[in-house]
Amino acid sequence: MSMIFGVPVAVLSGQLLLGLINGAFYALLSLGLAVIFGLLKIINFSHGAFYMLGALLTVVLFNTLGVNYWMALFLAPLIVGIVGVLVEYFLLRKIANEDHIYSLLLTFGLALVIQGVLTNIYGVSGMRYAIPEVFRGGVNLGFMFLPYYRAWVIVAALVVCFGTWFMIEKTKLGSYLRAGTENSKLMQAFGINVPLLVSLTYGFGVMLAAFAGVLAAPIYSVTPVMGANILIIVFAVVVIGGMGSIIGAIVTGLAMGVIEGLTKVFYPEAASTVIFLVMVLVLLVKPAGLFGKEA
Amino acid sequence: MTDAIKPNYEQLKLTDLHAFYGESHILHGIDLLVRRGELVTLLGRNGAGRSTTLKAIMNMVGRRTGSIMINGRETIGIPAHHIARLGVGYCPEERGIFASLNVEENLLLPPTVRSDGMALDEIYEMFPNLYERRFSQGTRLSGGEQQMLAMARILRTGANLLLLDEITEGLAPVIVQKLAEVLIKLKEKGLTIILVEQNFRFAAPLADRHYLMEHGQIVEEIDASELSAKQELLNTYLGV
Repeated sequence: MSMIFGVPVAVLSGQLLLGLINGAFYALLSLGLAVIFGLLKIINFSHGAFYMLGALLTVVLFNTLGVNYWMALFLAPLIVGIVGVLVEYFLLRKIANEDHIYSLLLTFGLALVIQGVLTNIYGVSGMRYAIPEVFRGGVNLGFMFLPYYRAWVIVAALVVCFGTWFMIEKTKLGSYLRAGTENSKLMQAFGINVPLLVSLTYGFGVMLAAFAGVLAAPIYSVTPVMGANILIIVFAVVVIGGMGSIIGAIVTGLAMGVIEGLTKVFYPEAASTVIFLVMVLVLLVKPAGLFGKEA
Repeated sequence: MTDAIKPNYEQLKLTDLHAFYGESHILHGIDLLVRRGELVTLLGRNGAGRSTTLKAIMNMVGRRTGSIMINGRETIGIPAHHIARLGVGYCPEERGIFASLNVEENLLLPPTVRSDGMALDEIYEMFPNLYERRFSQGTRLSGGEQQMLAMARILRTGANLLLLDEITEGLAPVIVQKLAEVLIKLKEKGLTIILVEQNFRFAAPLADRHYLMEHGQIVEEIDASELSAKQELLNTYLGV
């Protein structure tokens, strides 16, 4: 069996693949956080809860109404997006002019409430969700086995990430978002309905989280607390990429997943801390993050 | 004859306008009237409340009381993003060019508010520099070019009431001259303009009337024809 650095190629590429998958989730989640932070200037601690809602809805909609995976991929983000718009309109908007610590506490509290209520209903043991029929099995690439569903997760996440990047950087709507991020008061004076833009942006950001949740449902254990576990890592990713940077969130998300995967091969004990180590190093060298603008 | 083309049509009327930033009371009862096609200046020292008057019209200050009629509509209670749609174009003192947008994106950003705005090629004809640099990042332009961009941006929207805050500040004389030419053209087109200006020599030949502000109030209204007679008063208030 061929080896690289004394490690079998199959093991190495297997961990790389797992790393890419995790990276795809980090990218989707940190992208949503970056979009929200850019315009609303709030640190959305509910993000993990919305990710979990996406996954949980996928399972619950299937178990109760028989909603299939493809429908869920569309329905769950939509429902969660609407919930997000309502949260922005009825809660976040009321404290928009207060210190940002208020919105941080509010979203954190909201996440605890959502997780607590759902834990009460569904418990903390993982719920299972079958991989959709078309994605069962996989392909042997010679050096490794690639399950179809994992390949789909990476492709879907990349398409959504770069679609989002394109919309923000290259379209008219995106120019509203970029300009609103810089100076929302002037945008308002130009006749642009900034409050509406803010609601929709928050809704869109949490939609991305829910989309990641649906993708996660067949491969991760679905529990009401699954979002809390991943959120801290995602925050580290956002900090490394640079607060509010769209491309930074995407690239850093994928890269951190891969770094985590590689660490599992060479020094498994450090796998869960390596991202935070990178964060510390990046903050020491580039305090605004890899893609952030220096103030 | 519709209201909009009647001579002496009151395009903007402020009555007893007070404005507040938090606890501080900035404007103390402004009364002001601007008719269609007029160019009116707000003169005064820094901190006299001239910029705040423009911001209050745009609903960009904390709290306002009194009355602001734009094209015959009371706007004191309406949200900020509805004001531009009444045909108002605002050019802020800091110019407000967006760094994350290129020149053309900056130009196309404000939504059209009336149908007879200038077309993009007309704008590029008026400001050839902007055409040459249309794909540059907005804030890479020189100060003068940024000012042109900030003006051009609201001309495209079709706004017929322009609120211009310190547009000549910090600019080279040749640019100031160009801005004067632009303002004369806009006046010929029949646009109504309120100019907050520090540079009295720039404003004096262009304006029909001047409002002199001090401590958040209007202390004197001077017609262009009375300028020489009231020169001494002006000097006292402007400290020149």
